Amino acid sequence: MLVLLPVCRNLLSLIRGSFMCCGRTIRKQLDKNLSFHKLVAYMIALMTAVHVIAHLLNVEWYNNSRLGVYDKLSTALSDLEDTENTTYLNPIRKTDIDPQQIPTYLVFTTIAGLTGVIITLALILIITSSMEVIRRSYFEVFWYTHHLFIIFFAGLVFHGAGRIVRSQQTTDPPHNFTFCKDRTDDWGRIPECPIPQFAGGFPQTWMWVIAPMVLYLCERLLRFIRYMQTVTYRKIVMRPSKVLELQLVKSGFKMEVGQYVFLNCPAISQLEWHPFTMTSAPEEDFLSVHIRSAGDWTDKLIDIMQKLPEGAQGPKMGVDGPFGTASEDVFDYEVSMLVGAGIGVTPFASILKSIWYKFKDSNPKLRTRKIYFYWLCRETHAFEWFADLLQVLEKEMEERGMDHFLTYKLYLTGWDQSTANHVKVWVDDDTDVVTGLKQKTHYGRPIWDKEFEQVRKENPTSVVGTFLCGPQVLGKVLEKKCAKYSDVDPRKTKFYFNKENF
Amino acid sequence: MGKIEWAMWANEQALASGFILLTGGIVGVAGQFRGWQFAAYAVAAGVFVCLLEYPRSKRSKGTSMARPGQYCFTVCVKAFGPLTRNYYVRAFLHAAVCVPGGFMLATVLGCVCLGIASLIYLGAAIHGEQWVPILPHKEVRKPMESMKNPPQNPPPRPPLEMRRKRVDDLEGAAYDNPIPVADE
Repeated sequence: MLVLLPVCRNLLSLIRGSFMCCGRTIRKQLDKNLSFHKLVAYMIALMTAVHVIAHLLNVEWYNNSRLGVYDKLSTALSDLEDTENTTYLNPIRKTDIDPQQIPTYLVFTTIAGLTGVIITLALILIITSSMEVIRRSYFEVFWYTHHLFIIFFAGLVFHGAGRIVRSQQTTDPPHNFTFCKDRTDDWGRIPECPIPQFAGGFPQTWMWVIAPMVLYLCERLLRFIRYMQTVTYRKIVMRPSKVLELQLVKSGFKMEVGQYVFLNCPAISQLEWHPFTMTSAPEEDFLSVHIRSAGDWTDKLIDIMQKLPEGAQGPKMGVDGPFGTASEDVFDYEVSMLVGAGIGVTPFASILKSIWYKFKDSNPKLRTRKIYFYWLCRETHAFEWFADLLQVLEKEMEERGMDHFLTYKLYLTGWDQSTANHVKVWVDDDTDVVTGLKQKTHYGRPIWDKEFEQVRKENPTSVVGTFLCGPQVLGKVLEKKCAKYSDVDPRKTKFYFNKENF
Repeated sequence: MGKIEWAMWANEQALASGFILLTGGIVGVAGQFRGWQFAAYAVAAGVFVCLLEYPRSKRSKGTSMARPGQYCFTVCVKAFGPLTRNYYVRAFLHAAVCVPGGFMLATVLGCVCLGIASLIYLGAAIHGEQWVPILPHKEVRKPMESMKNPPQNPPPRPPLEMRRKRVDDLEGAAYDNPIPVADE
């Protein structure tokens, strides 16, 4: 049950929206939904193992009891048949086949046994295909196999329908079983000891799982409805280095900064939905995504778009979302340090654009006065579109005399000798030779101590929010630096760390 | 389904089946079930399958994530040459190993899981995949690349007649160097 709820992403977005008043710590927990899903899945696996082992032992002992290996009472109880005036206790009724095969026979002829085997198999297949290796490299296998959970839940609901777990019922009139338990031969013959009656328990699993199953069904239905809504193309641009920019218009679509959407293109694959961070700001009336060639689906999409004639509409596209992330908090801080590493720079396109719009309109929601943006990447080829965005912002800020608002530093971590030579020749030039920006490109990784020192020096009394979208290792480093450079004194600089996860 | 290497999934499935077979066998032996001999076999078979499947194969495309401590297993498995390299052999081996597990309830689950793994391996073999050991590659240093060759030709000079020292006309012998020369 708990395994279904964390993957209802629309439901989670709804809850997150309603909790806007409750502070960010609660909303942060909703970001860890996939970790929770995995934890619950591990517990399910563990409990299944325990359950299966317990039943293995249990069936073996039932078998022994039926064959009269144990004491007289057990044998007598096991002998009780399922007729009009007796009810059985021991689910093993058949004795005329090879005793070693009786447990296997029981499993495959009872509802509980059969459903148990099927759903355990389904669970094992789900787990082996969800291993990190398979999931990261062959997502389709993971996704399609994961749908075996439908079989899992169906089997789970019917698992108890056979009612083979039996308990003793009070007879009419009630009898004293402590007295009767040693007189197995007298059952039914003396008035004090009628034949004991047993009945199976009412199956209850469905009561636990029905609500989450209904919620999940609603979630999938909602995704389907969203998919059917019309999406028109406003602009399709091929950017350098096989990056495709799509500007889409969908009626009634509202987004926040840094959110992502799932895209589905039936022309490429009916069932695949792929997540992309939006690069447009909420102030714009369209949504844009930048799609880089990174696999089957993206390659085919770029291929289709390149073959389109000028100004034509693209193939039918389903858009599900937006789904939220933590970057909505970026406007609450007076000073923000935004760190984007590699592909993690994408949400910051949306954030920077939105900040710029809010700044121009003097939006009171914007508390940010100063932004430090750190862009780390191995090479800028795939992100030339982002460099263009920075250039535009740079120019606009200069025009308004506001160039102290945004300070950005680009770190190229993958430089080689020829790049270094090239830079040496052009070092005195006004704009950077690699990106064309006013800020010079730095080479290698940033020295975070110096950066934090600088921010602290320039903003001695502010609350600084640090936002990262990038690898976990960097997250740990930044978290440490935030703690190191924060001052306990509330009048001095404090650093708060926030991390995106994808 | 994209460029999937089925052997990767078959490997995970087989490793899991090995554990399940082992667990079922231990329960069967410890509980002294009827047919515990099959359970004892399952313990041995489970251990064997786990040892065989623990070392991951090298992927033909992309980075291969080796399991922790798999190097010694890689060496052992590699020693069997074509028997372990070929996935047809593995598919039939797993199919054969799993059969005795079907005779006792405690090991039936392991048997079926291993059977499924065997089928996926068959699929992998049909696609022509092979088991390639992940071995640590030695860094081959190429010092030759960073060193530049010494110049092959002498620097440009005026022809011999001009170079010969003209003792009779020292004034006229002086000429301007086309390339500026400085004393460093």
